[in-house]
Amino acid sequence: MRGYSDGDPLFLPPPEIARNCPIPNLLDKRLVIVTGKGGVGKTTVAVALGLRAAGEGKRTIVCEVASQENASRMFAHTAVGFHEVEMEENLWSISIDPDESMREYVLLQLKVRAMRDLLFRSRIFNYLAAATPGLKELVTIGKIWELAQLDRKVKQGRKYDLVIVDAPATGHGVGFLQTPRTFASIARVGPIHSQAQTLDRFITDHEHTGTAIVALPEEMPVNESMTLERDLRDEVGVAVDRVYLNGLYPERFSKAEAEKLARLAEEENGAARSAARAALSEFGRARSQRAQLSRLRRGVEASVKTLPFLFEPELGVEAARRLARKLG
Amino acid sequence: MASLNEVLEGKAICICAGSGGVGKTTTSAAIASGMAAQGLKVCVLTIDPAKRLADSLGLKELGNEARRVDPSLFEAQGVEMKGELWAMMLDAKATFDELIARQAPDEESRDRVLNNRIYQQISSALAGSQEYMAMEKLFELHTEGDFDLLVLDTPPTRNALDFLDAPKRLTQFIEGKSLRVFMKPTGLAAKVTGRGVSVALSVFKRIVGFDLLADLAEFFNAFSGMVDGFQARAKRVNKLLADPATCFLVVCGPQGEPIDEAVYFHRKLVEAKLPFGGVVVNKVHYPADELQGDIEDLPGTLAEKLGDPDLAKRVAANFADYQALAERDAHNIDHLASELRTSVVIRVPHLDEDVHDLAGLAQIDRYLFATAEQRVEMAAGRA
Repeated sequence: MRGYSDGDPLFLPPPEIARNCPIPNLLDKRLVIVTGKGGVGKTTVAVALGLRAAGEGKRTIVCEVASQENASRMFAHTAVGFHEVEMEENLWSISIDPDESMREYVLLQLKVRAMRDLLFRSRIFNYLAAATPGLKELVTIGKIWELAQLDRKVKQGRKYDLVIVDAPATGHGVGFLQTPRTFASIARVGPIHSQAQTLDRFITDHEHTGTAIVALPEEMPVNESMTLERDLRDEVGVAVDRVYLNGLYPERFSKAEAEKLARLAEEENGAARSAARAALSEFGRARSQRAQLSRLRRGVEASVKTLPFLFEPELGVEAARRLARKLG
Repeated sequence: MASLNEVLEGKAICICAGSGGVGKTTTSAAIASGMAAQGLKVCVLTIDPAKRLADSLGLKELGNEARRVDPSLFEAQGVEMKGELWAMMLDAKATFDELIARQAPDEESRDRVLNNRIYQQISSALAGSQEYMAMEKLFELHTEGDFDLLVLDTPPTRNALDFLDAPKRLTQFIEGKSLRVFMKPTGLAAKVTGRGVSVALSVFKRIVGFDLLADLAEFFNAFSGMVDGFQARAKRVNKLLADPATCFLVVCGPQGEPIDEAVYFHRKLVEAKLPFGGVVVNKVHYPADELQGDIEDLPGTLAEKLGDPDLAKRVAANFADYQALAERDAHNIDHLASELRTSVVIRVPHLDEDVHDLAGLAQIDRYLFATAEQRVEMAAGRA
């Protein structure tokens, strides 16, 4: 039998699949919100989570908000706009435009076509829609909710197992997720009041909604992640499941080796000296990053996972694929 | 290459702009402390909600008022502080409230606005209101004239355009011309003219509820007496931004995306006829300027010197990784300089230690304020 022959592990899965052990709880939810401050790699992590889920056979969609197109760019795909576009098997992408969401929302509310057309042409309606604080964010979250429904009202709406949201940078991040709650209190009556309540329940439903914070191993981003976790819990009622510490340098050198390299950097010239100095920089950074990692672990309730720094000029989909394997 | 000192010569306002996560707050604080060290009385303003500036200046907290940073803190770092450094963390809501109090014709109008629920949302949450209030505070401090230089750390807007358009958008919103014509305090739909409008209003009412619509109407009415004052003020703010004594610095990182955004933002500044001063690129991987000998056989050379082939291999691999990043950075910065047609591209290297205190700021200042010759020396001094 072939399976017993040496060097031919027929009954072992290929290594990619073997490493694809599921992330407990997070990718089994219906919605995963990826948040954090600007420039920490939220989109990369959102796409990596998407690749991972899609690889596990889950029909997954990655949503960007406020007309961002970073995810489609990672796949070197043309801008997807307000359309559900398949990036690869089981993985879709959409960029949620608030004006389009508003249109779609009104279409679902109003059945008479003439009335809808009249409405969209009306300056006063457009003005009011723009003037009402939080309405744009509310209809954006409304669209995310709609994507996560098993029984979708939108024509030809696909059914997704998992919706991943690349949320706006913090500062505005808590504000964005807080919109339904705020709106429910401003609009005390009417359909939008109850819809805002539905959305608030959707976001705070910890059984079906997961939240991940992306951070960098530096002093201030770590501080901000701790504050963000607390604010999400206290102000929005959202419990954070994971903190991904992104861009962690490898520990390539031991302390004894660093001392050896320091001597070399002093004695030598040329490339050997430059190389020794680069190694010492790496050693120093890797160490201070480890200190930030332990500070983060002590400072947050969620479990912390690290993602490696990728020495690549630009992070494309292949980089996300490599991170996807490390998300467990 | 012009130095930052030449760029800021005679300027009263320096605005640091750029996308999120590129180190704007740190750069702003470093510029302010560097100029203060040279003898100016400088105030740095930030509206970053994450209190990063307070952290980096060693202040427990920053209120909506300028506070002086204790000069002894600089001395402790070996920095001679000839001038004064002040810092302020802008509270957008408090600034908006102050502005209302100033513009309102009487106390009753003021309270009507301050108590309106729509106003309460707008003043703290409406996109653009933070940016607008930053401009307001800048204008106020400039008018009071207590400082030689004001450094503004702009809010982390996703889109550079938002920030420039904020004053205009907010005044347009408050103006609410198209709306005020139709809305009167008594009976919303009653005075509405034209069928299209009444349908639009009634549908909107059906969606958001009467309650919210009534609040909106009330808000615009309460504001109606202040529109002219707001417009006049916005005009003066815009004039100040375009003044030759104002200087915009674009802050970015060396990766492709931040560079593209810096190019885009520079174009917007030029289109808006705003005074562009230069660009600061943070966290640059300096290339090793002293590459001599046979780089091909670096592992071999290292193995010989270290007597440890395995370590030599790792050192060489690490060096190759850093060189690749340095080459990418150099390529991106060349692209940036040619797109911006500027000679003022100030590189701040990726420091070994992460910057979050006064010592770190002082270190950054060495690069920000270095002359061209000093910069070459410093680049050669590190790998």
